Amino acid sequence: MLQIRRDLVDAMVAHARRDHPDEACGVIAGPEGSDRPERFIPMLNAARSPTFYEFDSADLLKLYRDMDANDEVPVVIYHSHTATEAYPSRTDVSYASEPDAHYVLVSTRDANEHELRSYRIVDGVITEEPVEVVESYRFAHTGPDDIPEPSAL
Amino acid sequence: MAVTVSIPTILRTHTGGEKSVPAAGTTVAEVIDHLEDKHGGLKARLVKDGTLHRFVNIYVNDEDVRFAGGLEAKVADGDSVTILPAVAGGSR
Repeated sequence: MLQIRRDLVDAMVAHARRDHPDEACGVIAGPEGSDRPERFIPMLNAARSPTFYEFDSADLLKLYRDMDANDEVPVVIYHSHTATEAYPSRTDVSYASEPDAHYVLVSTRDANEHELRSYRIVDGVITEEPVEVVESYRFAHTGPDDIPEPSAL
Repeated sequence: MAVTVSIPTILRTHTGGEKSVPAAGTTVAEVIDHLEDKHGGLKARLVKDGTLHRFVNIYVNDEDVRFAGGLEAKVADGDSVTILPAVAGGSR
């Protein structure tokens, strides 16, 4: 399962909408071993294509060096499909090489309703997983109305 | 020429979990051959038909070797070699 904060979901969808009809891509990094996406890092699609995405190779090196320096890993690797469903393509599977990452796909083919789904892709095998959107990781199993006001604490 | 090679998560099964391993060589190809001697199976993940696999990026210090002679790119003593899987895909 992917548990993820609502603001991070909104940021991915906004990036996908902004770059439509080209595919958008990026990473949400989190502390190593935590499986908790925290730092939103939109990447440039070096291919600038409606059917392909690729991180620029210099940007990729910088991204991994920064994550290494922060003891972070890519918890989420996201990209958009702009004319098809949010399901990994054969190309997505052939490139997928982070067995611990959640591969999130956002489809923007419908102008009003987006589709967002998450997968593990390990050794060429796609496994879809549920996405739990939370307001905060601290109150992961509560809705916004359940979080006490600071004055009540 | 002694260099340090940084290994991505997906290839650490070949290095006993090590993130970074020492190697030697004067070109990227020689470094890969040296790695293969100690960590069998790595070369096939990096090289296909005599060229760098399209799913993999290799950097010498800050330079992507694709823009510096590919597998024949030179390495010097003390250089840092970084292997990273390309992050790419798409709907086509």
